[in-house]
Amino acid sequence: MSYYFAIIGTQDNPLFEYEFGTSKQGGDGMARFTEQARQLNQFIIHSSLDIVEEVQWTNGQMYLKLVDRFFTSYISCFLTASNIKFLLLHQPPSSSTLTGGTSRTSTSIAANPTSPQTEEAIRNFFAEVYENYVKAIMSPFYRTNMEIRSPVFRARVAAAGRKYL
Amino acid sequence: MSNHLPAGAGSGGGGGRAGDSGLRYPSNGKTIYHRPLNRTKTAELSKAAFAYLFAEMVSYAQRRVTGIQELEKRLNLQGHPIGLKLLDLLLFREPPRTQLRPLNIIALLHFIKINVWTHLFGRQADRLEKSSNPDTPDEFMIIDNEPLVNAYISVPKEMSQLNCAAFAAGIIEGVCDGAGFPARVTAHTVGDTGEGGEMWPGRTVFLVKFQPEVLEREALIGAKS
Repeated sequence: MSYYFAIIGTQDNPLFEYEFGTSKQGGDGMARFTEQARQLNQFIIHSSLDIVEEVQWTNGQMYLKLVDRFFTSYISCFLTASNIKFLLLHQPPSSSTLTGGTSRTSTSIAANPTSPQTEEAIRNFFAEVYENYVKAIMSPFYRTNMEIRSPVFRARVAAAGRKYL
Repeated sequence: MSNHLPAGAGSGGGGGRAGDSGLRYPSNGKTIYHRPLNRTKTAELSKAAFAYLFAEMVSYAQRRVTGIQELEKRLNLQGHPIGLKLLDLLLFREPPRTQLRPLNIIALLHFIKINVWTHLFGRQADRLEKSSNPDTPDEFMIIDNEPLVNAYISVPKEMSQLNCAAFAAGIIEGVCDGAGFPARVTAHTVGDTGEGGEMWPGRTVFLVKFQPEVLEREALIGAKS
């Protein structure tokens, strides 16, 4: 299972991006995207912004759950009050890499991108990132739509990823 | 070269650590990310300290301005980023059940009247009104009988147009803009007119004028639901 996480600003500009893999069930936390897929991911995320804009005025929740799907890539969204989008692209491992232990992984978050457990895990991940994001913008030197460069923030996102996904 | 720390602070274990980015951490190793976002109910700021700071902010904004409008604009600009940040902070502090993004004008204005005002001034705003003039359906009014920011500001006679609550108007504007309801917010003194005018000489109306696209969207959402 590989993840690509991006924070998108109000002008559809990226503020932060981070790639990681699952740490559950013996995962090593490394993303398994091919070079081609890594570039495609940014396009997929960008195209899902349209769907987010459609959904955002019908639902006042911050966590918008799964918003889009592109072949085997699923996109979950979390929208803050100031219209900053947290987008998480998750890609279950392709069946060819799943030769051994399918019965064990079938219940894991990785294999079921649409299951309630996955939804809940992603909700927890977003909640933790959101807390750190609010802390980041509390800095008096931070203005809306500035890139988040803090290494502490990056470490916190990585920790949240390890913890929940 | 990078030794700007006071003596003693830098020589300790964590002090003055420089990463690749040249970032420096506080000597106790605690960054903004280590501090909790929730505060205790009683954590309040001294009013005297605020009044002193605000007086300086007004005189800072007053430097090299040509008119009252420009001065108010500058005060407004000082408040704007505060509003943007408050929006996220205050929603974060809401209990998860009610952590909803404001989707319509009424929800947004309620959020300002109740949450923002309570956070900033320790009480709710006094009234919320919609413009009764049918030509201006985009105008809403938040009324404060006694704005805290103006408590120690005395406006000279020749500048009677000025209302320093333009700063608070800027905060409101920041909240509206951030939530996706672009608006112009201005502060007006209406102390001597209207009922109860003698009682509240400093009564201030915050006039919130939304952009036309906000009302357009509001009508669309209303039609759908």
